[in-house]
Amino acid sequence: MTDSVRTAEQTPDVEQPWAELGLKADEYDKIREHLRRRPTSCELAMYSVMWSEHCSYKSSKVHLRQFGDKAPRTDALLVGIGENAGVVDVGDGYAVTFKVESHNHPSYVEPHQGAATGVGGIVRDILAMGARPIGVMDPLRFGPLDAPDTRRVMPGVVAGVGTYGNCLGLPNIGGEVVFDPSYAGNPLVNALCVGVMRHDHIQSSGATGVGNLVVLYGAKTGGDGIGGVSVLASETFTDSGPTKRPSVQVGDPFMEKLLIECTLELFRDDLVVAIQDLGGAGLSCATSEMASAGTGGMRVELDRVPLRDSTLAPEEILMSESQERMMAIVEPAKIEAFMAVCERWDVLATVLGEVTDTGRLVITWRGETVVDVPPRTVAHEGPVYERPYTRPSWQDDLQADVPTPERLPRPGSPEELRDTVLRMVAAPNLADKAWATEQYDRFVLGNTVLAQPEDSGVLRIDEESGLGVALSTDCNARFAKLDPYEGARLALAESYRNVATVGARPLAVTNCLNFGSPEDPEVMWQFAEATRGLADACLELGVPVTGGNVSFYNQTGDTAILPTPVVGVLGVLDDVTRRTPQAFTEPGQVIYLLGETRDELAGSEWAHEVHSHLGGRPPRCDLAAERALGEILINASRDGLLDAAHDVSDGGLAQALVESCLRGGTGARIWVPDGIDPFVFLFSESQARAIVAVPRTEEVRLTDMCTARRYPHQRIGVLDSGGAEGPALDVQGLFSLSLSELRARREATLPAAMA
Amino acid sequence: MRVGVVTFPGSLDDQDAARAVRYAGAEAVSLWHGEDDLAGVDAVVLPGGFSYGDYLRCGAIARFAPVMRSVVKAARDGMPVLGICNGFQILCEAHLLPGALIRNDVRTFVCRDQALRVENADTAWTSGFEAGQQIVVPLKSGEGGYVAPEATLDALEADGRVVARYAGSNPNGSMRDIAGITSENGRVVGLMPHPEHAIDALTGPGTDGLGFFTSVLASVVSA
Repeated sequence: MTDSVRTAEQTPDVEQPWAELGLKADEYDKIREHLRRRPTSCELAMYSVMWSEHCSYKSSKVHLRQFGDKAPRTDALLVGIGENAGVVDVGDGYAVTFKVESHNHPSYVEPHQGAATGVGGIVRDILAMGARPIGVMDPLRFGPLDAPDTRRVMPGVVAGVGTYGNCLGLPNIGGEVVFDPSYAGNPLVNALCVGVMRHDHIQSSGATGVGNLVVLYGAKTGGDGIGGVSVLASETFTDSGPTKRPSVQVGDPFMEKLLIECTLELFRDDLVVAIQDLGGAGLSCATSEMASAGTGGMRVELDRVPLRDSTLAPEEILMSESQERMMAIVEPAKIEAFMAVCERWDVLATVLGEVTDTGRLVITWRGETVVDVPPRTVAHEGPVYERPYTRPSWQDDLQADVPTPERLPRPGSPEELRDTVLRMVAAPNLADKAWATEQYDRFVLGNTVLAQPEDSGVLRIDEESGLGVALSTDCNARFAKLDPYEGARLALAESYRNVATVGARPLAVTNCLNFGSPEDPEVMWQFAEATRGLADACLELGVPVTGGNVSFYNQTGDTAILPTPVVGVLGVLDDVTRRTPQAFTEPGQVIYLLGETRDELAGSEWAHEVHSHLGGRPPRCDLAAERALGEILINASRDGLLDAAHDVSDGGLAQALVESCLRGGTGARIWVPDGIDPFVFLFSESQARAIVAVPRTEEVRLTDMCTARRYPHQRIGVLDSGGAEGPALDVQGLFSLSLSELRARREATLPAAMA
Repeated sequence: MRVGVVTFPGSLDDQDAARAVRYAGAEAVSLWHGEDDLAGVDAVVLPGGFSYGDYLRCGAIARFAPVMRSVVKAARDGMPVLGICNGFQILCEAHLLPGALIRNDVRTFVCRDQALRVENADTAWTSGFEAGQQIVVPLKSGEGGYVAPEATLDALEADGRVVARYAGSNPNGSMRDIAGITSENGRVVGLMPHPEHAIDALTGPGTDGLGFFTSVLASVVSA
């Protein structure tokens, strides 16, 4: 029997499985207060999923507010936080939208589909803003490379990201592949999508205009991704037997490709009033959010939803996270044209109901009202928690464990330094990632100017003018563990620097905040510190957060992952032909190191790889220096002073040099400046540094530019094609390593582990 | 000179193929899978992608699209047709070319700058190259392994119908390193790598791919 509103009124004392659905007692009471009766099972399902941590941000909201409160003044932001994704003005009438989201838990349960649907979800978010998706990136984190489960998880995740993105025809232009023991039982699969549109095509998600039609289009609704709600459905329908639905969604990228082209045609012909994708919480989310953001009322006949499985209960239909579905609000006069476009793309479209001015979201099932709620209480007025947080008891000890030479023996002799370089280039975190990135199509759409392993991905937006965008995602989570506030700032600093390194002007920020359980006060402290640090740093660098995502409960038992605030920065290039690549190519050019090198090895890749050590304080974060370095890199790129540039980060200067040499197949002769220890020079991870290759004719202009900004710069070497033995990285007076040996070491690690 | 580029549901590199046609100096004409009118074009490109989601088998459904009826007929009458990647798979399914493409032997999708050796520079799409010339063009496919019966391979070799081979290591297990083949009359070419992604050093490994599109201009003008 259907649990209708009428039934609920007549049977106020029925026991309801709110606890099984993840609601707390006071949350259930709050629902009863909102409705002034007990919820129907459909309403309970809706509230439970919309008030979940994932949908409501109930633990993070109070902290995320800082991104708005401390937002720097900028004219670039056309749509701020709150919509599916923020929208940034990049000039010439173009607007760009970008966002990163997590799909961590599904990817652990079912790596291929979990990762694939992560890509699919973020692409629909971008589409729902009115933009054509033009590229994706995937920051990925796994357990140790040699852990047995990494062999299960990583190939599946990489293939899932690849298959879905490749089939959508979206170039994959960057991301990360990072290994750390803390991710062994909890891999991080974050997915970023970027899209472009004309200013006047920006879409809203508010269901406005009484009498306008509510249309569901795309794939049919099935039983996938229902998760905990099945508890409820099986309780309601005992006679038809308990339903056990898979809680990981299954993706069909072909359907999504059709959905994208169909939707863009609907925008082009101005056939929609508002639009939203169906992601987490499915129809519950789309109906309540669109109604809440619009005129305020909506009436939907749930029976009309096309089903893949006719036995689905109404609660399940409301909760289903079946992929490749969108909801649109359409004027009655345009519905015929809307349907014609859908038919052309073989996309199923169904009118479910209409916009009303009642202020209520009313959903009927077989003639009975099963939902009658104020939509704001579901979508926007969920619970908000001020979770207690405390600085971890171990934080002081961790910071006191400084990697001094006495604590962690350092290589001293030329042979030891040479061996350390060889070991480091083969370390999983520094090794070549082609095993993963060769599974991604980086060419499709024909606008990819730079892609991994470059410092940033660069996409051309306008073929005539050469206008383009650059994107990078970064996070050194070890730094964040040592100091979450500084770690988050450092993540932004690195991403900002990567964007500037290719010559792009940083404009806006997205983030994916991956943490352990918010119910653990020590984890909550990490989160509070990281958000505070990121908000402060965004203000200081003048780049606003436009949107993002929080992923909590990333832990195995009581052990949380490293706090991992992944930061993505978007920049703009007026002319992509001016971009600065990473590769050293022209023998005779001089190499400059920009920035200051200090003895900063805490949290470094060297300490991690060689000593499995994590302690001390992270490198100093100097955002004024980052800003100055950024200006130098951007101006030098625009003026054509640089042939190559590469940021110095994980693995220090040695790694940056190896990467630029190998990328261009050109060697380098390097001299260690006076007064600095060679080991510190090669392996310190001091921030605000980059290496650049400069034609001799431009050398003075570059040094003048640095001098004018009082920015530290040192001539540390020259590019060299090498002698009879071929090109080499020759650190003068210490050691020489042939590029062929470095390449062989660096490229062997991942294939050997995955063979 | 007008070159048609077919869009099937799931075609992905159609805009890229059209751009390559324009770079070569011809007019690109968009052709829709559901219509059998070739709009008076002089040549046709079947672009890469995942037509009809690669359901059943790559290219197996696309061959029945209305547009393919016209393409097959025109090809039999001598119109130049280039099938790239998924387009190559469709040409094999449509029996305009022999053999088939199967899953890469490495079992993963492979995307890389691939060295090729042009073996036959007398087809409608390769006349601008020299036989034996080495070029670099992106390869990006999951099912790029070319297979055919030994007798068919021998016949292709004997008739000079192998258009291009992978140089260096074989990326996908293709028999005899075959990257592309042509029809008996040299008008229909199927190629697994993507020349449309090598038309500009800004966005690809170089400009080697442009030769396929400029070749067809010459072949149509001279025909």
